[in-house]
Amino acid sequence: MKIAVASGKGGTGKTLLATNLFNVIQQSGYAVDLIDCDAEEPNDQQFIKGKLQGQQLVTQNIPVIDKDRCTFCGKCQEFCQYNAIIIVRSHQHIRVFEDLCHDCGACGYACQSGAISWQAKTTGTLTTYEYNQHSLLVEGRIAVGVYSSVPLISQAIKGAKPEQITILDAPPGTSCPFIATVNEADFVVLVTEPTPFGLNDLRLSVQALQHLNIPFGVVINRGGLGNQDVHRFLTENKLPLLDEIPFDRRIAQLYSEGELITNNISAYNKQFQELFIRIKKQIEHDRDSHT
Amino acid sequence: MKVAITSSGKTGSSKIDNRFGRCAYFAIHDLESDKTEFIKNPNKDVNEGAGPAAAQLIASQGVKKIISGEFGGKVKTILEDLQIQMIMVNGPEQTVEELIRLMTTR
Repeated sequence: MKIAVASGKGGTGKTLLATNLFNVIQQSGYAVDLIDCDAEEPNDQQFIKGKLQGQQLVTQNIPVIDKDRCTFCGKCQEFCQYNAIIIVRSHQHIRVFEDLCHDCGACGYACQSGAISWQAKTTGTLTTYEYNQHSLLVEGRIAVGVYSSVPLISQAIKGAKPEQITILDAPPGTSCPFIATVNEADFVVLVTEPTPFGLNDLRLSVQALQHLNIPFGVVINRGGLGNQDVHRFLTENKLPLLDEIPFDRRIAQLYSEGELITNNISAYNKQFQELFIRIKKQIEHDRDSHT
Repeated sequence: MKVAITSSGKTGSSKIDNRFGRCAYFAIHDLESDKTEFIKNPNKDVNEGAGPAAAQLIASQGVKKIISGEFGGKVKTILEDLQIQMIMVNGPEQTVEELIRLMTTR
């Protein structure tokens, strides 16, 4: 079972939620893994300190064109939906744009003269840390200058074990990296804050999840700040509010020190245990109402 | 010699379109015959790679100079390879006709 922790807006508390959920779930004796899918700036490792187990380079294939074999027929350019290959027949010119290539392989099928071979390009790394015997942290980290983190995220999630719980710490926003993460989840915890920015981006992520038909619940972080508009939005649209974490200076302080609030404040440990139970119930409820 | 101008419309009185890859039209002017042809940019709304596709289009038309507001990094590398001269126009937006006149009276 995969639970993604996501939010439209950055800085709402995805990592706070993901790392503390992971912590209370492993404390309850479940086998649980945490995958940091926020590949552009992964930071779960600052809170979940495990033993380095291994590192894997993630690569993608880029077409390499043999100009002696190329007939400049233009088929590969025609097949490429991303304009990653540009041919100017009159100038006998052909060029591959690595940044635009999605590694779909279509150009290889298109080429009838055997002019295309493949070269691996490193797009990032997956680092695995052993937290305890039953729990791993997998961190996806995109290489500097790589255009899209989607292939790396997909690769990271592919390693999730189907028989156990996996928490996915999603990247912010509602664009491709977010979709790549939540699309693999059985349930999404949307973290928001009770501010106009929080509400605006919550709306966008709710729309995306409803469109993708992925069940979700909402957690309001920094409760007590801002206004009541997020609550009103949830009530009006009959969206499940899973929990509310108060605006508490102690949380900010512990977080800034790389500490887990569930290890330092017992009331929050209890709150996260209850949140986990509520998430499980919500997943069961959604499953029942689907069948 | 052929010169291309990124144009916001399909007549000589149209203003220059400052975007290269996502311009509305390409005005292709032949300095020898003094004729201008307008080609609709088929890649205006593609998700990715509008610039390289536009460079491919104008190169295939045999253009040697291209006038636009700005050129992206990928476009520059292709146009340099193909030895197509890029001319950036700043300041108040001029029409295609005005830009052609500037070229021919020089």
